[in-house]
Amino acid sequence: MDQALIIEKGIFIVAVFAITMLMAMYSTLAERKIAAWLQDRIGPNRAGKGGILQPLADGLKLFAKEEFFPNTPNKFLFVVGPAISMSMALMTSAVIPWGDRLEIFGRTVILQATDIDVALLYVFGVLSVSVYGIMIGGWASNNKFSLMSAMRASSQMISYEVAMGLSIIALLMMTGTLSLREIAAQQHGMDWNVFYQPVGFLIFLVCSFAETNRTPFDLAECEAELIGGYHTEYSSMKMGFYLFAEYASMFISSTILVVLYFGGYNYPGMDWVEANWGVNPANIIGIAVLFAKLCFFIFFYMWVRWTVPRFRYDQLMRLGWKTLIPLAIANIIITGVVILLADNA
Amino acid sequence: MSIETISLSGRKKEVSNKKMNFWESLYLVAIVKGLFITIRHLFTRKVTIKYPEQTRELSPVYRGQHMLMRDEEGRERCTACGLCALSCPAEAITMTAEERKPEEKHLYREEKYASVYEINMLRCIFCGLCEEACPKQAIYLTKSQVMVKSSGKREDFIFGKDKLVMPLDMAIKNTQTKAAN
Repeated sequence: MDQALIIEKGIFIVAVFAITMLMAMYSTLAERKIAAWLQDRIGPNRAGKGGILQPLADGLKLFAKEEFFPNTPNKFLFVVGPAISMSMALMTSAVIPWGDRLEIFGRTVILQATDIDVALLYVFGVLSVSVYGIMIGGWASNNKFSLMSAMRASSQMISYEVAMGLSIIALLMMTGTLSLREIAAQQHGMDWNVFYQPVGFLIFLVCSFAETNRTPFDLAECEAELIGGYHTEYSSMKMGFYLFAEYASMFISSTILVVLYFGGYNYPGMDWVEANWGVNPANIIGIAVLFAKLCFFIFFYMWVRWTVPRFRYDQLMRLGWKTLIPLAIANIIITGVVILLADNA
Repeated sequence: MSIETISLSGRKKEVSNKKMNFWESLYLVAIVKGLFITIRHLFTRKVTIKYPEQTRELSPVYRGQHMLMRDEEGRERCTACGLCALSCPAEAITMTAEERKPEEKHLYREEKYASVYEINMLRCIFCGLCEEACPKQAIYLTKSQVMVKSSGKREDFIFGKDKLVMPLDMAIKNTQTKAAN
């Protein structure tokens, strides 16, 4: 029994990793395609049918590039930087409920690598470690531009983590649990959290843009001022890892957004489907729904990237500390009052 | 009418340095407006021309590769007066003149002809001034879409008479169609 569980989890984890990698790979193509479409162009369409092999071609190109080491005393840290970025982007996927359950060979398979009761804290922990990927990479590059970018990235991520945490507190007061599985299960049908916490969702959305270092908050790799930012000195696959980690973390943060606020795998009429068609079809539709929702958010990330120009550093800090944090605190107070009134009534 | 209110384009906008209020400082409305602008472009016609398969529609005054013309009897028209070389702003044209021998009457129309006629395609700007300057209507810029081939050697870009003079069969065909009309 135990062995079966290990095999089951092993297969599941490998599948999740593979899907995350695949999604990150095709996000790079999607980004280029969407950028092109929003600018009235066609985008890459030569590698494979409609450019479908473009990510492979990009990967091959990066592999073929010269492996360059700058004149730095921290060769070890130089390699560790991209590794941390990548592994942190992938580690978050462990606690995400990709669906409710499947029944295979008479076993109930829970579609989650691990259901820990502090899943949300784990996510935040991993997120705050991921800043070290950029920080160490920028530091070890032995380059002023990289260091400046690393400073910017870390101060930005730390500032926005505060607002992000506060926006989550209002949600937690409502749900009363830190387990992502339970949070997802509570949003059964159309009972999504976004209808109860629209302000919290908005703050969380803005903060996740900042956490993934995406435009309009991509000051860390602002080309005009810092050349390439923290990955100026990187080449070959180490560079590829940083770029890849950005897309992987974009995928993961869209998933977390969907699970926390947009009902995860829940969709209206899921009880009817489960009663009439069985458990497995209902949950496969659920997984498809989850992916549809998170693909929308990945699209949204890209849509915003090609719409909003980069913030200036002072604007970024003002938005974080003077606007989002007060808003998040107000949201907590209002949520608290409403919960109290609802309980007394 | 004061100078402040004049707007020739009709799109003049006063710039104001008004301080933003709290909602404006969230940039939310502005960003949503911007998102609608960009999403509209997702559905507009794409302007890309997929080059090797599609080619750009040429302007009616397009000027391509030069050609040294022949007359109805297939003789070269050029008399090596050098006006094209003189008019060329890029100084791309060079030529050597030679006197026509009696037995060459069927080859060259005038008594003097260009034994060497070279255009440096790296210098040429396809302005068409040579065509305008020519008194014998000998040089023309065709509508050919064939571009000058890339090469590693500079000599490959100096087009001599072998590449510039109109092919004989083309001259014959021209004369035939003219006669038919």
